[in-house]
Amino acid sequence: MGWLSSFATIFPLNNLGHYLHWHFLLISRSNLIVTILMVATFLAALFLPFPGRRSRKENQ
Amino acid sequence: MSTTEIDRQWTTRLRRRAAGKLPPEKLLPDTQPTYVASWIYVFGVATLSSLIVVIATGCVLALRGPYWWHGSPYGHFVNSLHLWSVELFFFAMVVHLWGKFFMAAWRGGRSLTWMTGVVTFLASIGAGFTGYVAQTNFDSQWISTQAKDGINSGGVGAYFNPLDLGQMLMWHIVLLPIAAVVLTGLHVLLVRIKGVVPPFDESAEAAQ
Ligand code: HEM
Repeated sequence: MGWLSSFATIFPLNNLGHYLHWHFLLISRSNLIVTILMVATFLAALFLPFPGRRSRKENQ
Repeated sequence: MSTTEIDRQWTTRLRRRAAGKLPPEKLLPDTQPTYVASWIYVFGVATLSSLIVVIATGCVLALRGPYWWHGSPYGHFVNSLHLWSVELFFFAMVVHLWGKFFMAAWRGGRSLTWMTGVVTFLASIGAGFTGYVAQTNFDSQWISTQAKDGINSGGVGAYFNPLDLGQMLMWHIVLLPIAAVVLTGLHVLLVRIKGVVPPFDESAEAAQ
Protein backbone atom coordinates (compact mmCIF):
# COMPACT_ATOMS: atom_id res chain seq x y z
CA MET A 1 0.00 0.00 0.00
CA GLY A 2 3.05 2.29 0.41
CA TRP A 3 3.17 3.64 -3.12
CA LEU A 4 -0.63 3.76 -3.25
CA SER A 5 -0.83 6.17 -0.31
CA SER A 6 1.90 8.37 -1.79
CA PHE A 7 -0.18 8.39 -4.99
CA ALA A 8 -3.11 9.56 -2.87
CA THR A 9 -1.01 12.42 -1.44
CA ILE A 10 -0.10 13.62 -4.92
CA PHE A 11 -3.62 13.19 -6.32
CA PRO A 12 -6.04 13.57 -3.41
CA LEU A 13 -9.37 12.22 -4.69
CA ASN A 14 -11.17 12.12 -1.36
CA ASN A 15 -11.99 15.79 -0.72
CA LEU A 16 -14.17 18.46 -2.28
CA GLY A 17 -13.48 19.22 -5.94
CA HIS A 18 -11.96 22.54 -6.97
CA TYR A 19 -13.94 24.69 -9.35
CA LEU A 20 -12.76 27.44 -11.65
CA HIS A 21 -15.16 30.24 -12.38
CA TRP A 22 -15.09 33.06 -14.92
CA HIS A 23 -18.34 34.93 -15.52
CA PHE A 24 -20.89 32.32 -16.57
CA LEU A 25 -18.25 29.59 -17.11
CA LEU A 26 -17.93 27.09 -14.28
CA ILE A 27 -15.75 24.00 -14.64
CA SER A 28 -14.15 21.62 -12.18
CA ARG A 29 -10.35 21.55 -12.23
CA SER A 30 -10.34 17.85 -13.15
CA ASN A 31 -12.68 18.40 -16.10
CA LEU A 32 -10.51 21.27 -17.30
CA ILE A 33 -7.38 19.08 -17.07
CA VAL A 34 -9.07 16.25 -19.01
CA THR A 35 -10.25 18.72 -21.68
CA ILE A 36 -6.73 20.13 -22.07
CA LEU A 37 -5.34 16.58 -22.30
CA MET A 38 -7.88 15.72 -25.02
CA VAL A 39 -6.93 18.77 -27.07
CA ALA A 40 -3.22 17.97 -26.59
CA THR A 41 -3.81 14.34 -27.64
CA PHE A 42 -5.75 15.51 -30.70
CA LEU A 43 -2.94 17.85 -31.78
CA ALA A 44 -0.30 15.18 -31.10
CA ALA A 45 -2.29 12.68 -33.23
CA LEU A 46 -2.30 15.18 -36.10
CA PHE A 47 1.34 16.21 -35.96
CA LEU A 48 3.39 13.31 -34.56
CA PRO A 49 4.81 11.09 -37.33
CA PHE A 50 3.19 7.66 -37.55
CA PRO A 51 5.77 4.84 -37.28
CA GLY A 52 6.36 2.99 -40.55
CA ARG A 53 4.81 5.63 -42.75
CA ARG A 54 8.04 6.59 -44.53
CA SER A 55 9.16 3.03 -45.21
CA ARG A 56 5.76 2.25 -46.68
CA LYS A 57 6.17 5.12 -49.14
CA GLU A 58 9.64 3.89 -50.14
CA ASN A 59 8.28 0.45 -50.95
CA GLN A 60 5.79 1.81 -53.45
CA MET B 1 -36.58 -26.79 -56.99
CA SER B 2 -35.81 -24.79 -60.14
CA THR B 3 -32.92 -22.33 -60.24
CA THR B 4 -35.33 -19.38 -60.54
CA GLU B 5 -37.07 -20.57 -57.39
CA ILE B 6 -33.72 -20.82 -55.64
CA ASP B 7 -32.85 -17.32 -56.86
CA ARG B 8 -36.05 -15.97 -55.34
CA GLN B 9 -35.51 -17.48 -51.88
CA TRP B 10 -34.90 -14.86 -49.20
CA THR B 11 -31.80 -16.70 -47.97
CA THR B 12 -30.28 -16.57 -51.46
CA ARG B 13 -31.15 -12.92 -51.96
CA LEU B 14 -29.85 -11.93 -48.52
CA ARG B 15 -26.61 -13.86 -49.00
CA ARG B 16 -25.95 -12.27 -52.40
CA ARG B 17 -26.68 -8.79 -51.09
CA ALA B 18 -24.44 -9.24 -48.06
CA ALA B 19 -21.61 -10.78 -50.08
CA GLY B 20 -21.94 -8.02 -52.72
CA LYS B 21 -21.79 -5.21 -50.16
CA LEU B 22 -19.22 -6.74 -47.89
CA PRO B 23 -17.00 -9.34 -49.56
CA PRO B 24 -14.50 -10.96 -47.10
CA GLU B 25 -11.55 -8.89 -48.43
CA LYS B 26 -13.48 -5.71 -47.58
CA LEU B 27 -14.63 -7.00 -44.20
CA LEU B 28 -11.10 -7.95 -43.11
CA PRO B 29 -8.76 -6.02 -45.43
CA ASP B 30 -4.99 -6.60 -45.47
CA THR B 31 -3.96 -3.12 -46.64
CA GLN B 32 -5.26 0.43 -46.24
CA PRO B 33 -4.65 3.60 -48.30
CA THR B 34 -1.40 5.41 -47.27
CA TYR B 35 -3.25 8.37 -45.73
CA VAL B 36 -4.55 6.00 -43.03
CA ALA B 37 -0.97 5.84 -41.63
CA SER B 38 -1.65 8.65 -39.13
CA TRP B 39 -2.27 8.58 -35.37
CA ILE B 40 -5.69 10.17 -35.81
CA TYR B 41 -7.01 6.91 -37.34
CA VAL B 42 -6.01 4.98 -34.21
CA PHE B 43 -8.71 6.51 -32.03
CA GLY B 44 -11.66 4.55 -33.48
CA VAL B 45 -9.94 1.30 -32.57
CA ALA B 46 -8.83 2.78 -29.21
CA THR B 47 -12.51 3.51 -28.49
CA LEU B 48 -13.45 -0.02 -29.54
CA SER B 49 -10.73 -1.58 -27.35
CA SER B 50 -11.78 0.41 -24.29
CA LEU B 51 -15.39 -0.58 -24.90
CA ILE B 52 -14.35 -4.25 -24.80
CA VAL B 53 -12.63 -3.70 -21.39
CA VAL B 54 -15.71 -1.80 -20.14
CA ILE B 55 -18.02 -4.69 -21.07
CA ALA B 56 -15.69 -7.40 -19.72
CA THR B 57 -15.14 -5.69 -16.33
CA GLY B 58 -18.86 -4.85 -16.15
CA CYS B 59 -19.63 -8.58 -16.54
CA VAL B 60 -17.30 -9.39 -13.60
CA LEU B 61 -18.99 -6.70 -11.45
CA ALA B 62 -22.41 -8.14 -12.37
CA LEU B 63 -21.33 -11.64 -11.31
CA ARG B 64 -19.86 -10.59 -7.96
CA GLY B 65 -22.27 -7.85 -6.84
CA PRO B 66 -22.05 -4.59 -4.83
CA TYR B 67 -20.81 -6.15 -1.53
CA TRP B 68 -17.80 -7.40 -3.40
CA TRP B 69 -17.00 -4.25 -5.37
CA HIS B 70 -17.43 -2.02 -2.30
CA GLY B 71 -15.88 -4.32 0.26
CA SER B 72 -12.89 -6.24 -1.08
CA PRO B 73 -9.56 -5.06 -2.53
CA TYR B 74 -10.02 -7.23 -5.63
CA GLY B 75 -13.53 -5.84 -6.02
CA HIS B 76 -12.20 -2.28 -5.74
CA PHE B 77 -9.62 -3.12 -8.38
CA VAL B 78 -12.17 -4.42 -10.92
CA ASN B 79 -14.49 -1.52 -10.08
CA SER B 80 -11.60 0.87 -10.83
CA LEU B 81 -10.78 -0.94 -14.07
CA HIS B 82 -14.42 -0.45 -15.07
CA LEU B 83 -14.39 3.28 -14.21
CA TRP B 84 -11.03 4.05 -15.81
CA SER B 85 -11.77 2.12 -19.00
CA VAL B 86 -14.94 4.22 -19.27
CA GLU B 87 -12.82 7.37 -18.86
CA LEU B 88 -10.49 6.13 -21.59
CA PHE B 89 -13.48 5.18 -23.78
CA PHE B 90 -14.93 8.71 -23.65
CA PHE B 91 -11.50 10.30 -24.05
CA ALA B 92 -10.75 8.25 -27.18
CA MET B 93 -14.28 8.71 -28.52
CA VAL B 94 -14.05 12.51 -28.25
CA VAL B 95 -10.65 12.65 -29.99
CA HIS B 96 -12.08 10.24 -32.63
CA LEU B 97 -15.12 12.41 -33.24
CA TRP B 98 -13.06 15.61 -33.43
CA GLY B 99 -10.88 13.91 -36.03
CA LYS B 100 -13.89 12.78 -38.06
CA PHE B 101 -15.51 16.20 -37.73
CA PHE B 102 -12.51 18.11 -39.07
CA MET B 103 -12.02 15.68 -41.97
CA ALA B 104 -15.79 15.83 -42.68
CA ALA B 105 -15.80 12.04 -42.68
CA TRP B 106 -19.52 11.95 -43.56
CA ARG B 107 -18.57 12.75 -47.19
CA GLY B 108 -19.21 10.25 -50.00
CA GLY B 109 -22.34 8.55 -48.67
CA ARG B 110 -20.95 8.07 -45.17
CA SER B 111 -23.71 9.98 -43.38
CA LEU B 112 -25.00 6.80 -41.74
CA THR B 113 -21.52 6.11 -40.33
CA TRP B 114 -21.52 9.57 -38.77
CA MET B 115 -25.09 9.23 -37.48
CA THR B 116 -24.52 5.80 -35.92
CA GLY B 117 -21.53 7.46 -34.20
CA VAL B 118 -23.72 10.29 -32.91
CA VAL B 119 -26.35 7.89 -31.53
CA THR B 120 -23.64 5.70 -29.94
CA PHE B 121 -22.26 8.81 -28.26
CA LEU B 122 -25.71 9.66 -26.85
CA ALA B 123 -26.30 6.06 -25.70
CA SER B 124 -22.87 6.09 -24.02
CA ILE B 125 -23.70 9.27 -22.11
CA GLY B 126 -26.88 7.54 -20.90
CA ALA B 127 -24.84 4.47 -19.92
CA GLY B 128 -22.37 6.70 -18.04
CA PHE B 129 -25.18 8.48 -16.19
CA THR B 130 -27.04 5.28 -15.21
CA GLY B 131 -23.71 3.81 -14.13
CA TYR B 132 -23.07 6.72 -11.76
CA VAL B 133 -26.52 6.32 -10.18
CA ALA B 134 -26.09 2.52 -9.92
CA GLN B 135 -22.98 2.74 -7.70
CA THR B 136 -25.09 2.18 -4.53
CA ASN B 137 -23.21 4.72 -2.39
CA PHE B 138 -23.62 8.32 -1.21
CA ASP B 139 -22.28 9.61 -4.52
CA SER B 140 -25.03 7.83 -6.48
CA GLN B 141 -27.69 9.05 -4.02
CA TRP B 142 -26.48 12.61 -4.46
CA ILE B 143 -26.37 12.36 -8.26
CA SER B 144 -29.82 10.77 -8.55
CA THR B 145 -31.52 13.28 -6.26
CA GLN B 146 -29.89 16.15 -8.16
CA ALA B 147 -30.75 14.66 -11.55
CA LYS B 148 -34.41 13.87 -10.83
CA ASP B 149 -35.37 17.55 -10.99
CA GLY B 150 -33.73 17.99 -14.36
CA ILE B 151 -35.36 14.84 -15.72
CA ASN B 152 -38.75 15.82 -14.25
CA SER B 153 -38.56 19.28 -15.77
CA GLY B 154 -38.20 17.51 -19.11
CA GLY B 155 -41.48 15.69 -18.36
CA VAL B 156 -40.04 12.17 -18.66
CA GLY B 157 -39.60 11.35 -14.96
CA ALA B 158 -42.42 8.78 -15.06
CA TYR B 159 -40.57 6.77 -17.70
CA PHE B 160 -36.99 7.43 -16.67
CA ASN B 161 -36.77 7.84 -12.91
CA PRO B 162 -33.24 8.33 -11.50
CA LEU B 163 -34.52 7.51 -8.00
CA ASP B 164 -35.61 4.03 -9.12
CA LEU B 165 -32.42 2.05 -8.62
CA GLY B 166 -33.87 -1.10 -10.24
CA GLN B 167 -34.82 0.79 -13.38
CA MET B 168 -31.47 2.61 -13.56
CA LEU B 169 -29.54 -0.63 -13.08
CA MET B 170 -31.52 -2.33 -15.87
CA TRP B 171 -30.84 0.57 -18.24
CA HIS B 172 -27.18 0.39 -17.25
CA ILE B 173 -26.58 -3.34 -17.53
CA VAL B 174 -29.12 -4.42 -20.18
CA LEU B 175 -30.63 -1.81 -22.50
CA LEU B 176 -27.80 0.69 -22.95
CA PRO B 177 -24.95 -1.86 -23.28
CA ILE B 178 -27.00 -3.71 -25.93
CA ALA B 179 -27.62 -0.42 -27.74
CA ALA B 180 -23.96 0.63 -27.54
CA VAL B 181 -22.65 -2.74 -28.73
CA VAL B 182 -25.17 -3.13 -31.59
CA LEU B 183 -24.63 0.46 -32.75
CA THR B 184 -20.85 0.07 -32.56
CA GLY B 185 -21.11 -3.12 -34.62
CA LEU B 186 -23.17 -1.32 -37.29
CA HIS B 187 -20.77 1.65 -37.18
CA VAL B 188 -17.69 -0.49 -37.82
CA LEU B 189 -19.48 -2.55 -40.54
CA LEU B 190 -20.45 0.71 -42.29
CA VAL B 191 -16.82 1.85 -42.18
CA ARG B 192 -15.80 -1.45 -43.78
CA ILE B 193 -18.54 -1.24 -46.45
CA LYS B 194 -17.68 2.34 -47.47
CA GLY B 195 -13.91 2.22 -47.01
CA VAL B 196 -11.99 4.97 -45.19
CA VAL B 197 -12.91 8.44 -46.43
CA PRO B 198 -10.16 9.99 -48.63
CA PRO B 199 -8.61 13.31 -47.49
CA PHE B 200 -9.97 16.46 -49.19
CA ASP B 201 -7.18 16.62 -51.77
CA GLU B 202 -7.12 12.89 -52.57
CA SER B 203 -9.05 11.44 -55.54
CA ALA B 204 -12.01 9.19 -54.82
CA GLU B 205 -10.29 6.20 -56.49
CA ALA B 206 -7.50 6.31 -53.92
CA ALA B 207 -10.08 5.35 -51.33
CA GLN B 208 -10.74 1.95 -52.85
C1 HEM C 1 -18.48 3.47 -29.37
C2 HEM C 1 -18.00 4.50 -29.98
C3 HEM C 1 -17.25 4.43 -31.30
C4 HEM C 1 -16.46 3.41 -31.79
C5 HEM C 1 -16.11 2.09 -31.11
C6 HEM C 1 -16.02 3.83 -33.10
C7 HEM C 1 -15.19 3.07 -33.92
C8 HEM C 1 -14.76 3.44 -35.17
C9 HEM C 1 -13.75 2.77 -35.95
C10 HEM C 1 -13.00 1.52 -35.51
C11 HEM C 1 -13.62 3.44 -37.13
C12 HEM C 1 -12.64 3.14 -38.26
C13 HEM C 1 -11.24 3.59 -37.88
C14 HEM C 1 -11.09 5.10 -37.74
O1 HEM C 1 -11.19 5.82 -38.74
O2 HEM C 1 -10.86 5.54 -36.59
C15 HEM C 1 -14.58 4.53 -37.12
C16 HEM C 1 -14.80 5.42 -38.16
C17 HEM C 1 -15.69 6.49 -38.12
N1 HEM C 1 -16.31 7.01 -36.99
FE1 HEM C 1 -16.42 6.07 -35.20
N2 HEM C 1 -16.54 5.07 -33.40
C18 HEM C 1 -17.30 5.48 -32.31
C19 HEM C 1 -17.95 6.69 -32.16
C20 HEM C 1 -18.07 7.65 -33.16
C21 HEM C 1 -18.66 8.97 -33.00
C22 HEM C 1 -19.22 9.51 -31.68
C23 HEM C 1 -18.61 9.58 -34.23
C24 HEM C 1 -19.12 10.95 -34.65
C25 HEM C 1 -20.21 11.49 -34.20
C26 HEM C 1 -17.99 8.67 -35.15
C27 HEM C 1 -17.79 8.92 -36.52
C28 HEM C 1 -17.06 8.11 -37.36
C29 HEM C 1 -16.97 8.28 -38.79
C30 HEM C 1 -17.69 9.37 -39.62
C31 HEM C 1 -16.12 7.27 -39.26
C32 HEM C 1 -15.77 6.98 -40.73
C33 HEM C 1 -14.46 7.53 -41.08
C34 HEM C 1 -14.05 7.22 -42.48
O3 HEM C 1 -14.82 6.73 -43.32
O4 HEM C 1 -12.90 7.50 -42.74
N3 HEM C 1 -17.63 7.51 -34.47
N4 HEM C 1 -15.26 4.53 -35.91
